[in-house]
Parts: sequence; C-alpha cells; structure tokens
Amino acid sequence: MVKDSLGYITHGSKTYHIWMIFLTAIMLIGMYCYSIQLEEGLSATGMTDRVSWGLYISNFTFLVGVAAAAVMLVMPTYVLNDIDFKHAVLIGEGLAVAALLMCLAFVVADMGGPSVLWHMIPGIGVFNFPNSMLAWDVIVLNGYLFINITIPLYILFRHYQGKEAKRSVYIPGSILSVLWAVGIHLVTAFLYEGLQARPFWNNALLGPRFLASAFAAGPALIILVLAVIRKFTEFNIEQKTINKIAMIVVVAAQINLIMLVSELFKEFYAPTHHSESAYYLFFGLEGKTALLPWIWTAIPLNVLATVLLTFHKLRRNPKVLYFCCFILFVAIWIEKGFGLIVPGFIPGPYGTIAEYRPTGVEIGVTLGIWAMGAFIFTMLAKTSIGIELGKLRYRKKEKLASKAA
Amino acid sequence: MSEKKKWFTLDLGFNKKVPTASSCGCGKTSGGCGSHEAPSPSKNEHAMTAEEFDKAVEGTMVDETRKDGFQQVFDVKMDRRTAFRKLTASLLVGAGAVQTSCSVIAGEESKEKAQIDWEEQFKGNYKLMTQEERDATVDRLVRSYQLRKKENIKMSATDASKDVLFGYAFNISKCQGYMDCVSACVEENNQDRNSQMQYIRIHEMKDGEGFKFNEADDNYYHEVPAEGHFYMGTQCFHCDDPPCVDVCPVQATWREEDGLVVIDYDWCIGCRYCMAACPYDGRRFNWSKPEVPEEEVNKNQHYLGNRMRKKGVMEKCTFCIQRSRAGKDPACVEACPTGARIFGNLLDPDSTIRWVLANKKVFRLKEDLGTEPKFWYFMD
Repeated sequence: MVKDSLGYITHGSKTYHIWMIFLTAIMLIGMYCYSIQLEEGLSATGMTDRVSWGLYISNFTFLVGVAAAAVMLVMPTYVLNDIDFKHAVLIGEGLAVAALLMCLAFVVADMGGPSVLWHMIPGIGVFNFPNSMLAWDVIVLNGYLFINITIPLYILFRHYQGKEAKRSVYIPGSILSVLWAVGIHLVTAFLYEGLQARPFWNNALLGPRFLASAFAAGPALIILVLAVIRKFTEFNIEQKTINKIAMIVVVAAQINLIMLVSELFKEFYAPTHHSESAYYLFFGLEGKTALLPWIWTAIPLNVLATVLLTFHKLRRNPKVLYFCCFILFVAIWIEKGFGLIVPGFIPGPYGTIAEYRPTGVEIGVTLGIWAMGAFIFTMLAKTSIGIELGKLRYRKKEKLASKAA
Repeated sequence: MSEKKKWFTLDLGFNKKVPTASSCGCGKTSGGCGSHEAPSPSKNEHAMTAEEFDKAVEGTMVDETRKDGFQQVFDVKMDRRTAFRKLTASLLVGAGAVQTSCSVIAGEESKEKAQIDWEEQFKGNYKLMTQEERDATVDRLVRSYQLRKKENIKMSATDASKDVLFGYAFNISKCQGYMDCVSACVEENNQDRNSQMQYIRIHEMKDGEGFKFNEADDNYYHEVPAEGHFYMGTQCFHCDDPPCVDVCPVQATWREEDGLVVIDYDWCIGCRYCMAACPYDGRRFNWSKPEVPEEEVNKNQHYLGNRMRKKGVMEKCTFCIQRSRAGKDPACVEACPTGARIFGNLLDPDSTIRWVLANKKVFRLKEDLGTEPKFWYFMD
C-alpha cells in the first residue's frame, strides 16, 4: 500500500506538481530560518521576557481548533451512519492529522531546548501529570493524532483491498475520537484559563469560545478544501454534503459571536484593572497600538461572514459561501491566534507595556510549518481520494500507472 | 500540592513533613562536589571513553549532532549512567557521533569533554537523582569547566537544612533606588551580560499616588533618589504555593524544603509556561547563549543557583541559594546601602524577619491570587 500510494502521490497533473514544488520551496525556507533560530537561540524571534509567547503558540492554539473540528464530520458519518458525509470525512480526518502535526511542529519550534524534548516522553522523562496542563495537552494531542491516523488507515486499507470496513471495528474508535476532539480543545483552553497571573485568559468563557470558534473555522476550511478537490479531481462531493457542513459553520459562528458580545460586555461595561489587556487589544494603551489593525480586521470579517451565512439564500450560493468561509477562517485565525495570546502578556504583571513584533525568522518558520501541513494534507488527501475512487487498489498497479500518467 | 503547609502554620517550628522521594536530608556541607576530586575522573569513565573512541573513529562524523531527532529516540532510554553502560554497539556508534570531531583529532582531554557532554545530555532530573548521581553531575560540571576554561570552580549541592524556611522583607521607607542590589545580584548570580538580565526590578513611583505599578518606571537612568518619588523592589517572591511549579510539564522547577523555588537548568525544556504563569514577573529566559566575561564569573556556585546557564532555559532568583544555604545573606541584602532588605529564617523566632513580621504592618503583593509569597513589604 505504501509503495502504491508513493507511486500515486508522485504522479499528477502539472498544477499538482507546481503546487508541491511551491510548498517544498517554502518548507526549505522555513527550515533555513529554523536553523538560524537553533544557532542563535530564540533571540532570533521577536519574543522577549515581557511577551514570552508569540506567533508559534498563537498558531498552535488556532490549529488545535482546526484539528478538533474534524469531529464535526466524523460523528454524523460513522455514528449516525449519514452516508452524505462519508466522502467528506476522510478529507476531514486528513486535515486533522495535518493540523496536529503542525501543532506539534509549532510547539517544538517554540521550545528553548529541542534537544532535551525527551524529558517530556512519559516513562523516560519526568511528566508533571496531572498538575501541568501542558502535560495533559501533550497526551491528548498525541492520542488524538493516533486515533485520527488509525481510523482512516483502517477504512482505507480495507477499501484498498476491495473490502468493506467493519463497523464494529471503527465505530468505537469514532465515538472515542468525538469525545477526544472536545477534550483536546478544552485542555488547550485550560492551558491558558488556569493561569491566575493573566486576567485576560483567566476567564471561564475561554474554553467554550475555543470550541465554538473551532467548529466554525475548522469546517469552513473543510468546505474550501472540498471545493478545491471537487474542482481538481473526479472525486464526487455532493452539494448536499457541503450544505450540511455550511450549516455547522453558521451555527458555530453564531454561538461564537454571542460569546464575543458577552466577553466585550464584561470587559467594557464595568472595566477593572483586569480589562487592560482587552483595552490594549481593541484600543491600544499609551499609544501602543500594534494589534489594532488586526483585531479591527478580524471583528468585521467575523460579523460579516456570520451575517451573510445566516441567510439560506446567500449560503446556498457557492460563491458567497466560499468567500464567507475564507473570511471567517482568516478572522478566527487572527482572533484565536495572536489576538488571544499576545494581549495576555500586555500589560505585564507590573503594568509594563512592551509590544511584540515577530521577526522575519519567526515568520519564515511559521510559513514553513504551514507549508508542511499543506504538503502532508495534499499527500493524505490524494491517497485517500485515489483509494476511494478505486484507482488505487491492491494489485492494480499497471492500471494505476496508465491512469495517473 | 494540597497538603503543603502555608508559611504561617509552620511558625512554631515543627517541620512535620518528611522529605519526599528526593533524597536524604543530610545537612552536610557542599557535597562531594569539590574541585579537588575533579582532576581524576572515575575509572569507569575512562573505560567508556576508550570504547567509544574506537567507534567514533569508525563513525567519522564531523558535526556535533546532539540535536539529531533520530538519536533522541534512542538516547532517551539512558538518562542514567547505569543505563548507559548497557548500550549496544550500534548505539555506541551514535555516541561516537557526539564526541567525534575532537576525539579524532586529539587525545584524552577532548575525549573526556565529549564523555562529559554525553553524560550531561542524558542525565536525569536533579530532583529525582540519588545522592551519588547528584555528586556525579556536580563533579562532571566542575571538571567540564576546568577542561574548557582552565579555571577551577567550586560547586556545591547543599540540601535544605531542617527547620529552615527562608523569608524576605522589604522596607519601602528606606529604599532610595540606588540599585546596588541589582548589580550585586547580577555579579553574584552570573547573569547574562549581553541581554542585561536582571532578577530584581526597582519600580520608581510618585509620592502621593500610592502603589501604581503601571505608572511606575522600572528602567530609570537618572540620579536617585529623585525628588517626589519612592522606590519598591520586586523579584521572585518564592511563593509557598507557586503557580510556576504547577505548570511545568517536566518538573524542572520545584519548591525546596526550605521554601526556595529552584530550577534544574539542565532539565528545563524552555517552553516558558512558568513565565506565563508567574504573576510577579519573577522568571527570566535565556533567549541567547548567556555570556559572562571570564574574570567576572563568580566561581562559588551551587547546582541549583548561580552555575552557568545555557541557551534556551529559564532562570530566576534563588535567594542566592549558594549563600543562603551556607548561612549568609543573599547578595542583594548584603549590598543594600540603606538596610531596606531583610532576609532570614521564618521558623526561627529570634530572627529579624520574624521581628519585622510581628512588629510592622506588613503586606504582600497580589495576595488575592493565593500564591502565598514569602516576601513582605513594610514601612517605618
């Protein structure tokens, strides 16, 4: 199977090849930037003692959400046996795997001592379980990765052999992954929520809002990906499927907006000392306004997308749908990324306002990791589409070769 | 965590708690460690060196590949020297890769260096080490410094003494903002000179406005005491219930029996979660390789204190563990020209700090967070 799929993913159209070369180039740039960071230390980034987490952790936080969102497709398909989603779900799980690998890459990129990361491996290192939320996070993320690799692998392997996958085998796994997905996002939220030192994060709504925004941004990305797949492959994705996912997106986005209003009300109706971070984020403090353009891009995009998607007629229009999904994705990336992480540190514990600006090296590494995610996802998606379409089958290599060429 | 006693219940002096797994509570002075032992590394180390050397030659690798992910996977299994002895031949080739370049070229010394690096890379968490392992790592560090810099350092690994709980008090009326404490701290604790890392921050505040930290200046360069201002110093408060310790994913930081919150620099992975969790800005990170001019290095060191740090790890105030456990005051206390800083044993009813707590109106910062700092402020 590995050999077949290797053959399959190395063949494709011209567009496909250009896409993969493009991603490889960005990955190489990212690796170069990372080598600079390894050499100089994290001083190569824009982070300081005042703002000690930046772009890496922001992207990590956001991508955990994307990974968790695959569950929105898993549940109806496997558990409720809704045949509609069956085609989309493999794509969704591929996306989850890619997003998780990106998460892990971002965490590793953020570490001061990547050479001693083995201290975190349970059994060999010392794990501060159950006290540290980061220890929990390592466990749940890797567990989720394992689930999301094994289930699709099992199904695809059965299909590859030309057999049907057994429900009794994959249904328990699917149910577990549904619960697990909620878990990874809650645990990641608790990572921040549990810090009494940072009032901006120490907020009971953080966890639920993480879930709502994730279930908006993740499926929005899946819709966009499905649209691309529909355009470039023969893989048949029914409109009905996309409509259903769009429904998930809009409900999650609406809930997310309600929570945003609630948060803003709390911060600005009766502002306390603890609202300073929110002030910094939305209005700037003492002339320091680095995040303003970002957050004021994110909020209108978020509102616009949610409102447009709320109307059935507009949502059914593919052009509007894709546009909305895109802006929603961008808005949530800003809001749940550095719109969440950076203000947590500003002002500092004693009120110092020091701004954060990522360096070129940092941006290079970040882009590199995103390219790696896209690269992995493309390979996974191509293989699973190949198998699902029946092009990739056990002992059908000759046929495959002629078709792929 | 939950059964940890708060400072004030400990006042009477019984220290009921039995030291957990950590080690014998032997209050012995600077453990074996002394530099006198260092010049002759144990036989075993020599044996291993020779064996590895051969493999290294076969390996003919040039680069230092300690960061190699592949090796990591294998190496993780032998964070202890004992495990190290059981290595298979193939792993020894990997070991060769680490020592390589130098071993090929030159003799015993560089081999020994590589050997030390190797064992240091895969040693365990200090908190969980046995006394022998602790002594061994201290010996290695001393020897390593000797090999590299041709200078001897003295490194101790003194454990907490019984019936000691360190506390600190700061007299706001007395502090004039001279910052002698800051420079003494930097010199004593070998902090990175390039990034001008400082554990202590002195906040200059306006008279008549109270404690407005957000309007205070903690980075001033003018003559002090400035007219109409008062000064307040902050550093690590050595909380009795420290949030930074809870969040560390690998237990690289912990609260010692005498209340000091310390870091094992070699176990820290540099995730900076503790930094985010600290409400008092008490922690610092080595964003690049810390550098101290050789002649300024304080050679009187403690494993958990002012020994040289490396790139990408956390560090912080330890109440000068190398001094306080030897019965001296921390450098900041000693350096303060105004007597604003008071340090002592909270469990000793006759200590100055106990007198201050009993007779002054003391307060602590951000008490609402429930971290129980062992650092009080008071005024005359």
